[in-house]
Amino acid sequence: MNRQMMKGNEAIAEAAVQAGCRYYFGYPITPQSEIPEYMSRRLPEVGGVFLQAESEIAAINMVYGAAGTGARAMTSSSSPGISLKQEGISYIAGSELPCVIVNIVRGGPGLGSIQPAQSDYYQATRGGGHGDYRLPVYAPASVQEAVNLTQKAFDTADKYRTPAMILGDGIIGQMMEPVTMPEYVRPEVDKSWAATGWNASMKRDRAIINSLFIEADRLEVHLAKLEKKYRAIEQNELMVETQFLEDAEFAIVAYGTTARIALTAIRNARAEGIKVGLIRPITLWPFPTQTISDAAKRVKGLLTVEMSLGQMVDDVRIAANGACPVKFYGRSGGVVPGVREIYQQIVSMKEELA
Amino acid sequence: MTLQMIFAGFGGQGVLLMGQLIAYAGMVTGKEVSWMPAYGPEMRGGAANCSVVVSDEPVGSPKVEDADVVVAMNRPSMALFEKNVVPGGLLFYNSSLIDEKPSREDIRVIPVPVNEIAQELESNKVGNMVMLGAVAQATGSFSEEQLADALRHKLGPSKEKFMPKNMEAIRRGMEVAK
Repeated sequence: MNRQMMKGNEAIAEAAVQAGCRYYFGYPITPQSEIPEYMSRRLPEVGGVFLQAESEIAAINMVYGAAGTGARAMTSSSSPGISLKQEGISYIAGSELPCVIVNIVRGGPGLGSIQPAQSDYYQATRGGGHGDYRLPVYAPASVQEAVNLTQKAFDTADKYRTPAMILGDGIIGQMMEPVTMPEYVRPEVDKSWAATGWNASMKRDRAIINSLFIEADRLEVHLAKLEKKYRAIEQNELMVETQFLEDAEFAIVAYGTTARIALTAIRNARAEGIKVGLIRPITLWPFPTQTISDAAKRVKGLLTVEMSLGQMVDDVRIAANGACPVKFYGRSGGVVPGVREIYQQIVSMKEELA
Repeated sequence: MTLQMIFAGFGGQGVLLMGQLIAYAGMVTGKEVSWMPAYGPEMRGGAANCSVVVSDEPVGSPKVEDADVVVAMNRPSMALFEKNVVPGGLLFYNSSLIDEKPSREDIRVIPVPVNEIAQELESNKVGNMVMLGAVAQATGSFSEEQLADALRHKLGPSKEKFMPKNMEAIRRGMEVAK
């Protein structure tokens, strides 16, 4: 198919529609409002439903209901709106329902700013809502990857009956890049668990959507089932990209747009003879612990760069486990780090650790 | 080949569109491109800018700091981005609105009387197209036909009637930079 210039938000919305998403519930917020705007026009064309809810809380609970029928459903928002959705996400995880939640991250806490940030890493990877659950979290670094990962997120959600999240910084939503829409093939998935109506003549149990297990030992059995599922996701769904790592003396760990800015700084450093590599987690959970652990044993130092005060760096330190020093550089509040700043950090790291 | 560009001006001058047309023209010639707007609390009359990268390689940073080309449509934009032009790079400025010359001497400076030309064409809306023509001419990276394709794609069939005026503006801009 043809390449076309698309804004990240619109590309995510179109990718979802082509992946069979027919139900979108949301509430506008910068920098992701093009997603509901696009869906409001596009979903009626394919017989789907776009509904602007009265709040983010209403929207996520509408997703909960639609997902309970086995339909592919999605909501999107930006940081403060995603905070509001956390209760619903926890219920959906507990009820084992598939859906996709898109967070185009802006500066926080509170209303914060509207510019790009990566300060929702903890929230996305540590649950956000209450209880023992995990979300597969996909972090695209280009508009094309946002398309691919949105469709992947629907598949992973269905396969494991779990909510899945797209975590893009504001640039991913607002940037335009060439995109080729993939020839999407929807995997066959058994959805006999879906609550679509039941009568006594049916040869199956009633489908019940529920996250309440009032007896502790029954909840523990349920959680053991969830845990088994999360181990399988860790086993099967990890995505990571590495560049220039083979001969690297140092490596940067960064995700999303930050990884691209870091890559340009790495190319510049390599031109000056500094051997730096890049580790780019594509899934933030599951996290590429092994890749980083292996690299930490070979390099003289790791540098984590984020648009936050330092969140993913915790996971990098856990992975490195003391095998090499782990440095951190971050910009926050919606400020995007520049190539020169990151280059300077590489030079400082080399001077300190070489 | 990698061309890193910054387009800046005030909201309403069409700087984001200029960047989009360059990015689109780059894409159809088989290049890798990115277009990244600064999307703060901008509004009509406020500041607006975008970064555009056109490259033979996959685009690394979509945010441009070391610009081969800076386009300043008003005085605050020139004050902000003049320093970002790499030595030997190009600075286009709207000489209708900026009566001060850029201070850098290690770059090529191209004044474009955007508003005067637009007035001669009896349309104050085509100033960005005048500037676009100048940029295409001086960089040598985009032909008149490629810009016409990009513009036609952007406007869509319903606005075909606006094509002649816009193309005239682009040609006038190209003349300035010859």
